[in-house]
Amino acid sequence: MSFINYSSREINCKIVYYGPGLCGKTTNLQYIYNKTNPDAKGKMISLATETERTLFFDFLPLSLGEIRGFRTRFHLYTVPGQVFYDASRKLILKGVDGVVFVGDSQIERTEANIESLDNLRTNLQEQGYDLDKLPYVVQYNKRDLPNAAPLSELEELLNPTKVQAFEAVAPKGVGVFDTLKAVAKLVLTELKKGG
Amino acid sequence: MGNQLVMYEEELQQINGICDVLQKDSNAKAVLVIDKNGQAIASSGEVDQLDVTSLSSLTAGNVAATGGIAQLLKEQEFAGQFHEGEKTHVHISLVAQRVILLVLFDERSSLGLVRLRVRKATAELTNVLDALIRKMEAGSQPSVFAEITDADIDNLFND
Repeated sequence: MSFINYSSREINCKIVYYGPGLCGKTTNLQYIYNKTNPDAKGKMISLATETERTLFFDFLPLSLGEIRGFRTRFHLYTVPGQVFYDASRKLILKGVDGVVFVGDSQIERTEANIESLDNLRTNLQEQGYDLDKLPYVVQYNKRDLPNAAPLSELEELLNPTKVQAFEAVAPKGVGVFDTLKAVAKLVLTELKKGG
Repeated sequence: MGNQLVMYEEELQQINGICDVLQKDSNAKAVLVIDKNGQAIASSGEVDQLDVTSLSSLTAGNVAATGGIAQLLKEQEFAGQFHEGEKTHVHISLVAQRVILLVLFDERSSLGLVRLRVRKATAELTNVLDALIRKMEAGSQPSVFAEITDADIDNLFND
């Protein structure tokens, strides 16, 4: 749910990074955090277990600049990817304005990708959202690994609606900002349509 | 996206006013009003040293998790939460199912006083929020987005 503050002239939006466990959602946010100007970002918060697995969510507030005198601020969240954290994932999707599905390119993770994508669709439906109507992009992460599946195969399995998709190597930053920019742009365009 | 929250100058002033009164009357360190999705709306008191953005997001996560627990236990909701620290205590409550009222206080105040003043502020905030929602639904205010062009959006990403 976007929040438009006419008094402080701010537009606030929420973007959620979704995907199976260990696909690189947190790594995306960490890269964005490390490469963003200090005055354009807030503190990154990670609610993680002792073994650095996301327990509840990661949170990164970002300022993208001004549109017609309104500061655009994006709140980036990740969900915990592990299957048993489903209740938490549902909570984090509340009020979402845009979704990034981060797929793990490794062939061994094909089933986990499909399961997570189904789970995303179901959890959105429970909150009254339709994935096909939301600003939504796909990222295929870990493209540098030798066991990465061919892009065409991933596209067929994970992107049947042919939304914008990006190849990524999140620790090196490949595709990270392209993904963020694409979803942010879709969110603002959607707000414009609605406004 | 019909589920949008819009804040106008008039209502924000009223909410700020309610926060100021609550902060003074309850001898609180700080008062924050936060959207359920984690966006800070208004604040009062000693907030300069606080990371308001992070505090808002974590509080909203906390309230969402507590709401999830309530649902599992077949409770409508838990109306409030209290966290007791060594120096600072936190009182969290949900107002009109829409926003979160967060009060930070120390030994200068007490839980009883905070609860009492929060009750009064909650009633006042509910009235302002109801009026705000009516205004949003009536769509009587011009939208900032009507003027934004595709080129404006593109320019934001040209770096």
